[in-house]
Amino acid sequence: MAEPRVRVPSTAKQGEIIEIKTLISHPMETGHSRDVYGRLIPRHIIHTFTCTYNGEEVFRADWHPAMAANPYLAFYTVATESGRLRFEWIDDKGTVYATEAEITVA
Amino acid sequence: MKCTITRQTALLSRRALLQWLGAAGMLVVLGPAGAWATPEAVQQAIRQLIGTREPQPGGVTLRLPKIAETGNSVPLTVTVDSPMTPEDHVLRIHVFVEGNPEPVAATYHLGLRAGKAEISTRLRLARSQTVLALAEMRDSSVRSGAASIVVTLGACVEEVWGN
Repeated sequence: MAEPRVRVPSTAKQGEIIEIKTLISHPMETGHSRDVYGRLIPRHIIHTFTCTYNGEEVFRADWHPAMAANPYLAFYTVATESGRLRFEWIDDKGTVYATEAEITVA
Repeated sequence: MKCTITRQTALLSRRALLQWLGAAGMLVVLGPAGAWATPEAVQQAIRQLIGTREPQPGGVTLRLPKIAETGNSVPLTVTVDSPMTPEDHVLRIHVFVEGNPEPVAATYHLGLRAGKAEISTRLRLARSQTVLALAEMRDSSVRSGAASIVVTLGACVEEVWGN
C-alpha cells in the first residue's frame, strides 16, 4: 500500500487556523460490488482516521462505504505549539497506516 | 365430520400458501428497492446518531457539484456557521447519502481545536440523490443542510464495468 500523503504548513503563528490535507491509497471496497464471476467482493474500507497534535486528538473521522476509493480529506486545526502531528488510518483488516508531520509555531 | 376437518385443513393450507405467496411477492417487490436505503433506514440512521433531537435547517452549507458524470468520486465540502469559541462550537458533522445502500457516509469529530468548522472529502454515490449534513453543536442543538446532485452513472455500475 502506498504511503499516505499529508500537507501541513511547516510554520505557523500561534493561534493560526491551518488547513491540513490528507490522501491515502486504498480500494475502499464497499462490500456491495461483485467481481466478474458475480461473487460479492468483501467489504474492505478504512473506517477510522485520527489526527493527534502532540499526542492529543484534534480531529477524527468515522468512514462508511460511501467514501470514495483513495480517500481524500481536508480539515482545519489551530496551531497551538511547535511539535508533531500524527495521522492514522485504520482499515477493516486492522492495518494501521500512519504518517507524521512537524510544525514550528512562532 | 372427517370431511369437514379435511376441508378446514385444506383451507388453512391454502390460506397459508397464499400468505406465503403474498410475502414472497412483497419480497420480490422489495428486492430491487432493497439495494437502496429505505426512508425508514435513513430515519433510523439519523436517530441513532443524534437521538430524538430535531435538526434545525440552516447554518450548514454543502458544496457539491450539481451534476456528476460518475458517482465514483464526488467532491463535497461541508461548512458550518460557527464562531468555534469555547461556548459555541461544532462537535460533530454527520453526512448522509439516502440514495446509497448504506445511508451514513461519514461522521467527523471536530471540537474546539478544529478552529474552523469545515471539511472536504470525496463521496461515492450510487445514484442521483440529496446529500444531507447534520452538525451537532456544543449546546446540543443540531443544524442541517442539504444539496442535490444528479449522477449520470452510479458508482456501483461503474465498478462492475471497471472490473
